[in-house]
Amino acid sequence: MQVKINGKPEEFQSGTVLDLLKAKNIEPQMVAVEVNDKVLERDDLATTHLNEGDQVEFLFYMGGGR
Amino acid sequence: MEFTEEQINRYSRHILLPEVGGKGQKKIAKSRILLVGAGGLGSPAALYLAAAGVGTIGLIDSDVVDLTNLQRQILHHTPDVGRPKVLSGKEKIQALNPDVSVSMYEERLTAGNAFKIIGDYDVVIDGVDNFPAKFLINDACFFAEKPLIHGGILRFDGRVTTIIPKQSACYRCVFKAPPPPGLVASCQEAGVIGVLAGIIGTIQATEALKLILGVGRPLTGRLLDFDARKTQFREIKVRRNPNCALCGEHPTITELFDDGDPYAGCAARPSA
Ligand SMILES: [Zn+2]
Repeated sequence: MQVKINGKPEEFQSGTVLDLLKAKNIEPQMVAVEVNDKVLERDDLATTHLNEGDQVEFLFYMGGGR
Repeated sequence: MEFTEEQINRYSRHILLPEVGGKGQKKIAKSRILLVGAGGLGSPAALYLAAAGVGTIGLIDSDVVDLTNLQRQILHHTPDVGRPKVLSGKEKIQALNPDVSVSMYEERLTAGNAFKIIGDYDVVIDGVDNFPAKFLINDACFFAEKPLIHGGILRFDGRVTTIIPKQSACYRCVFKAPPPPGLVASCQEAGVIGVLAGIIGTIQATEALKLILGVGRPLTGRLLDFDARKTQFREIKVRRNPNCALCGEHPTITELFDDGDPYAGCAARPSA
């Protein structure tokens, strides 16, 4: 199926948000995840199943300023 | 308060704008804007806000100017190396526009001093380089009900968003807490393309002036991410999170605290 990841359509075998993070090699503690404009709680990553057409945003910390 | 002829000349390109006019320029002249950090983001913000005729600019920074700062911190010049950033900043601001009064705070923002300082200002601009400070500013602005213009830069990426406490999503609505220190690189390790500070810092200044003037639509409920490699902006919608520990329905953060070690690191994006 296809999901939109940070605005780009990508193929993803069905699974949870945590599966997607693993497939992308992203450490869950390093990212905030939004699915369809709603921020997920970290505990819900493993139980939230993605559906065709879902819009997923991986929001990384951006800390610099000086 | 009446403008002198010189001031009318100085601000004429503002006064010409129907959205500003003499009335709006007076609002700017009466406004008080706090810059937390007189570094990369704070530099362009300070200079444009000074040029705009902001009445009072507050500068908080405990550092002295370092040679490695000059690649992006345009408020400071080569002869300033070794001098306190707040002092160097004040001189540049007032050389650009003597109408502006500058309050210097040569210290770090902490849970102990935040309310006392922030309470005196209309808008706060986040120009700090570490997560504990970003969370502290977010929390302090929430409790003090001050609009906050959040900004961050890293490598070739920048982000900016406006937070109106109790109305729009706060930083903790999206990022619950600072990242674990072991996983983040320090600012020195991460690097940043200097001009990014100018892009993000001037957007922060724009947002602050819009709020002062009551013009347009603020950058609330949206993260504006900029990718300098592609020269691309992306907007990510963010909603207030009912589970937010600070501004949610059952808050667990009920007072200000220093959330972690400010020296723990600043960068946390996989280098793609
Ligand atoms: Zn919140």
